[in-house]
Amino acid sequence: MTAIRRFLPGWLSSYAVLYLLFLYLPVIFLPIFSINTAATPKFPLSGVTLHWYEDLPRTPALIDATWNSLIVGVSASILSTVLGILAARSITRYRYPGRRAINGLIMAPLVLPEVIVAISMLLVMLQLGLSLSLFTVVLGHVLVCIPYSMTVLTSGFEGFDRSLEEASADLGESAFGTFRRVTLPMVAPAIISSLLVCFTISLDEFIIAFFLTGTEATLPIYIWGQLRFAAKLPGVLALGTLLLFASFLLMTTAEILRRRAARRTQNEGGLYA
Amino acid sequence: MTVAAEGSPPLRMAGSRRSPLLQSEAVQGFALISPTFVYALILLVLPILVVIAHSFWTQNYLTIDHTFTLENYRIALTEPIYRDLLWRSLYISLTVSLLTVALAYPVAYFISFHGGRHKSLWLFLITIPFWTSYLLRVMSWKVILGYNGVLNSGLMGLGIIDEPSTALLYNSTAVIITLTHAWATFAILPIFVSLEKVDRTLVEAATDLGDGPLRSFLRVTLPLSAPGAISAALIVMIPTVGDYVTPKLVGGKDGVMIANAIQAQFGKASNWPLGAALSVTTMIIVSLMAGATVLVFRGLQRLAR
Repeated sequence: MTAIRRFLPGWLSSYAVLYLLFLYLPVIFLPIFSINTAATPKFPLSGVTLHWYEDLPRTPALIDATWNSLIVGVSASILSTVLGILAARSITRYRYPGRRAINGLIMAPLVLPEVIVAISMLLVMLQLGLSLSLFTVVLGHVLVCIPYSMTVLTSGFEGFDRSLEEASADLGESAFGTFRRVTLPMVAPAIISSLLVCFTISLDEFIIAFFLTGTEATLPIYIWGQLRFAAKLPGVLALGTLLLFASFLLMTTAEILRRRAARRTQNEGGLYA
Repeated sequence: MTVAAEGSPPLRMAGSRRSPLLQSEAVQGFALISPTFVYALILLVLPILVVIAHSFWTQNYLTIDHTFTLENYRIALTEPIYRDLLWRSLYISLTVSLLTVALAYPVAYFISFHGGRHKSLWLFLITIPFWTSYLLRVMSWKVILGYNGVLNSGLMGLGIIDEPSTALLYNSTAVIITLTHAWATFAILPIFVSLEKVDRTLVEAATDLGDGPLRSFLRVTLPLSAPGAISAALIVMIPTVGDYVTPKLVGGKDGVMIANAIQAQFGKASNWPLGAALSVTTMIIVSLMAGATVLVFRGLQRLAR
């Protein structure tokens, strides 16, 4: 029996490492084939080149798509974070009837099939006579970003010591002063983390943008268009690699900030007062 | 600095200065959440109601006929093409969710019970691939499984096969592999959370009372972590049934799913009411399947005890 117990963790850890490889496998091929000279992605590589990367800034459609994605990403992340702050604060601080149901509704886009969410919004927008544009894409992205923003912010707001705010008010600080000098510094990392997470999601989101955009393409829509042409694949891989690193950087920063936020409110709250 | 250390001062009666109504916790909490709530009502609940309404109407070219009819549902449920697509979508999403949970459970178990100091590092490593574009991940699978793909050229290089296999890409297996990969993180996290909640002293007690590692796992850890496994299965099942990108890119003709048909009704085919009826049918059937899954899991959980 003890033999099994000693043996098991070894087995499990090799399985876990294999699983991790499975998770990373497809992701690793993007950068590898993006520096391949041949257009077809197969081994062995025919040669190493940065040619595909050099072509990227010379593609006007790609530049446009990048701008569109940035505009949508920044607007969606700010809007969803503001709505996320309000909801997360309400959920973590107040108790009231219907709180769980409302929370469930706000989190629902996380588990609904995206196509159905997208076509429902499309129907309503067309009924309301809204013309499809980047604005409608932003509206859609905000809906799917809020659950993620909520998750990040609730973990930052939970355990937030109310007595700190009360103390500040007792010491003569106004409501706004308390918010600016006590609340905000403690939750700032969580807020920035939420902004980064939402930006990353919006940057990568395809289905909703695909249905709700008019003529302007975002980056994933541009990529989708390019996928039809086999010859364009290396360019897409190069672009994908850049996006991969951008997402990676954003998410690592967001995670570090989220942890700092959780630490501040939970363990060392007093230090920052 | 020292305020927190001294402990919070005794609470003053909060309602003394403002009207009791505004001070009431319920009203404040509700007021604070209402913008987000209203946003979700307008952009999620209202649209879904509009879709449900459309599913009972018909379309004559560009105008919608608002007479109530069940014709769209009859088509959705009896036309062989839609019936097959629905069945295939359900089969794929059920397979993917069970496979993902089965593959993810040991990893979550390892991190929770043997992760030691590196728990959060492991979790972070598992989340990173998820944060890369979904579109790009699906595309990479296409690169791996394709005719000239990595797997084929690798197998040929090793002399295992003589010519590229076409069996890898453009079928429902390719869809299942890709989706199992795409949803892995979503399965690991809820299972991990429920494993973390398992009281370790119970496992020790079972061992002390003579249960071997396998028996104590089956009788203590597994039933206690079942809620996590159930929610993981649902989190994977419900969205994958309506996946559009994966079947479109790696599914080929044999891997088409219901979402592709729904999209076609709102695009080329331009029959909104039928598209709406297909969406509603998909949602209802996947909810039923989710409910059935919960019941089966609960039954198994009871059996294990």
